[in-house]
Amino acid sequence: MEKPIIFIKDTSLTGDSSREIQTQLLKVAREKGIEDLQVIRVADLGIYDKGVALKICSLDIIYVNVKLSDAEKIIQTTIKEGTPIEDLLLENQAMQTRIVLRNCGIVDPESIDDYISRSGYASVGKCLFDMTPETVIEEMKKSGLRGRGGAGFPTWMKWNLARGSFGDEKYVICNADEGDPGAYMDRSVLEGDPHSVIEGMIIAGYAIGASKGFAYIRAEYPLAIERVQKAIDQAYEKGLLGKDILGSKFSFDLEIRLGAGAFVCGEETALIASIEGKRGTPKPRPPYPSDRGLWDKPTIINNVETLANIAVIFQKGAEWFATIGTDKSKGTKVFAVTGKVKNSGLVEIAMGTPLRDIVFQISGGCFVPENKMIAVQTGGPSGGVIPEKNFDTPVSYEHLIELGSIMGSGGMIVMDEDDCLVDISKFYLKFCVDESCGKCAPCRIGGYQMLAILEKITAGKGTLEDITSIKRIAQGMQKASLCALGQTAPNPVMSTLRYFESEYLDHIEKKKCRAGKCTKLLKFTIVPEKCKKCRLCVTNCPVNAISGDREKGYTIDQEKCIKCGRCFDVCKFEAIARA
Amino acid sequence: MCSTSTTTSPEISTLVEKWRGKKGSLIMVLHELQNHYGYVPRDVSLQLSQQLDIPLARIYEVITFYNYFKLDPPGKYTIAICLGTACYLKGAPDLVDEVKNLLDIGEGQTSKDGLFHLDVVRCLGCCGLAPVLSVNGQIYGKVKRSEVMGILSKYKKED
Ligand SMILES: Cc1cc2nc3c(=O)[nH]c(=O)nc-3n(C[C@H](O)[C@H](O)[C@H](O)COP(=O)(O)O)c2cc1C
Ligand code: SF4
Ligand code: FES
Repeated sequence: MEKPIIFIKDTSLTGDSSREIQTQLLKVAREKGIEDLQVIRVADLGIYDKGVALKICSLDIIYVNVKLSDAEKIIQTTIKEGTPIEDLLLENQAMQTRIVLRNCGIVDPESIDDYISRSGYASVGKCLFDMTPETVIEEMKKSGLRGRGGAGFPTWMKWNLARGSFGDEKYVICNADEGDPGAYMDRSVLEGDPHSVIEGMIIAGYAIGASKGFAYIRAEYPLAIERVQKAIDQAYEKGLLGKDILGSKFSFDLEIRLGAGAFVCGEETALIASIEGKRGTPKPRPPYPSDRGLWDKPTIINNVETLANIAVIFQKGAEWFATIGTDKSKGTKVFAVTGKVKNSGLVEIAMGTPLRDIVFQISGGCFVPENKMIAVQTGGPSGGVIPEKNFDTPVSYEHLIELGSIMGSGGMIVMDEDDCLVDISKFYLKFCVDESCGKCAPCRIGGYQMLAILEKITAGKGTLEDITSIKRIAQGMQKASLCALGQTAPNPVMSTLRYFESEYLDHIEKKKCRAGKCTKLLKFTIVPEKCKKCRLCVTNCPVNAISGDREKGYTIDQEKCIKCGRCFDVCKFEAIARA
Repeated sequence: MCSTSTTTSPEISTLVEKWRGKKGSLIMVLHELQNHYGYVPRDVSLQLSQQLDIPLARIYEVITFYNYFKLDPPGKYTIAICLGTACYLKGAPDLVDEVKNLLDIGEGQTSKDGLFHLDVVRCLGCCGLAPVLSVNGQIYGKVKRSEVMGILSKYKKED
């Protein structure tokens, strides 16, 4: 029998008890006469916040929330007898399809040998020796892979355009600027399997005829930067990067360039400016980067997840890849599911999986079981909401667009009845306004004005004309902004208006926020019957809005109150009413 | 207007040599400088401008565009509060308010004693633990408003 191997990782982030459990597992195994068990502490299993997680490699199963006292049972039942322990099993692994995350948590991200032992870099060999750049692109076409960075542009087409452009030098850029706030798919790939991205870049370079690549990584991801750098160094040592790769006459150099905290630098032309060492402001297109990109040379920019798919396509064949997914969306997509779900984390599903399965089956449904889900937001600040009534929609580029949202880069925020959609839309718009580079007026001014209107509405001062103004500004921004940041910034607002206009009307006409999130619409009052006159609220109110004495009781001066809710929080007797 | 320092520190010379001749290296050089000093001091920018023969205005144009670069020395402890979507939904704005109240500082500011610097960031990549804040890289997850005081006083005591 194969040597039994267990991978272990403490996913809780607040401490690390994996070492104790590792020791215990080994001790129990020895007592039971299993001498060759290996328990390896790994950096990432693609699971988060589930206590100590174990991957039992022989059975390909994952246990979560493992306690020290479980060691005995795990060795006896699982390792010796080969039976999974239901109580420890990670729920619903079966519904996920792991292509992009195939190696995350399985290979040691700091070891190129480990990656190679899982057929890593085999696709580079295959492409360089058995295929021409044209047949590589042909294979990509057959696979149907589309960009995972947001827009979903067919990858082969991008490569083909760059291949066709004339240039003495061409470039491949990996977009690892992951800017969508609340999403971390790319980071997990970079940290868990950096070689897969490098392999994708080499193949892309070969296909378009580039001899140089850049990985543009967010400075906020220090571990990812460190791992990618290590991986690049190792690839150079093995002759997989540099001159004359594996003796094939094809040369490709790769280096890291760091982002510096500007969301707009995810946009292709801005990213190029940033690599050139300039302010990251977008330029009008055309010329497209595939024609004139970095230093005016033909350039392709691909997302991390897109690149991580490439080696698999050549390993298992484009036909195989094309069997996964829907008609127009092939393969899988990784989502970072967060918000009001029980299990937030990374999920990789075959395209076409219904949204409902992701939210309820894989992610365990609502965090507060009695609450009702109302919507899911996809596509981050450029995306939109999908209301609960449409949860049966298959997740694919085409279906999400139909509903007025987008696939986006993989942020998926689940919202329940305690969330206010007007507030969320305001949050996303504020993000875009903060991140606008200011180069063009529709985005700079339009965004600011629209935000001011939303502030007004959530403060209870909105009027019905405001809705008309929002729609008018949105149209201007969508049509006239220079780059996609400005063009798509109104999307979250427009999409919530489409499905949840009544919420806006509640704020405007009834001055009411269903979820109680828009604090300016709240009114705090003291319930005299419950008040024990402890004065805790009086001392805690930052603006001294509460006055009175023990005889007469206390009242809140509504003029002075800034609705901070502190009195509500500190009161031990539920004597503050919030409505 | 600016003091013209003619002496160049050895670190800067080494750095400049490392990146000289590489196209578009300014941002990478600034990253290294900020890693070294904790921010990008003005006289360092000035030296850089002389060494690399880039106008100071070009350097400042870049520094001020990117949020990541700082022109002022940071506090001893940097509190980064995540206002990514997951954290926002789970009450991160309350944490920002609390820190602002407790330390009497705004976003991007340093407390008067120079001890704490408050940054608001987008997604620390552990949304499962939302709301999240970090103090000098140490992550605190599922933080409640009432716990903020305790976290800060731990660092005050250490000091
Ligand atoms: C404002 C803005 C931000 C973007 N941010 C990212 C990002 O963080 N990561 C990414 O891969 N693509 C981002 N994109 C999309 C890229 O511009 C580009 O379309 C993508 O990297 C192309 O790669 P793909 O074809 O592999 O998807 C952004 C686009 C815009 C307009
Ligand atoms: S749309 Fe916004 S981000 Fe894009 S170029 Fe115009 S101002 Fe800059
Ligand atoms: S949104 Fe706060 S950690 Fe991701």
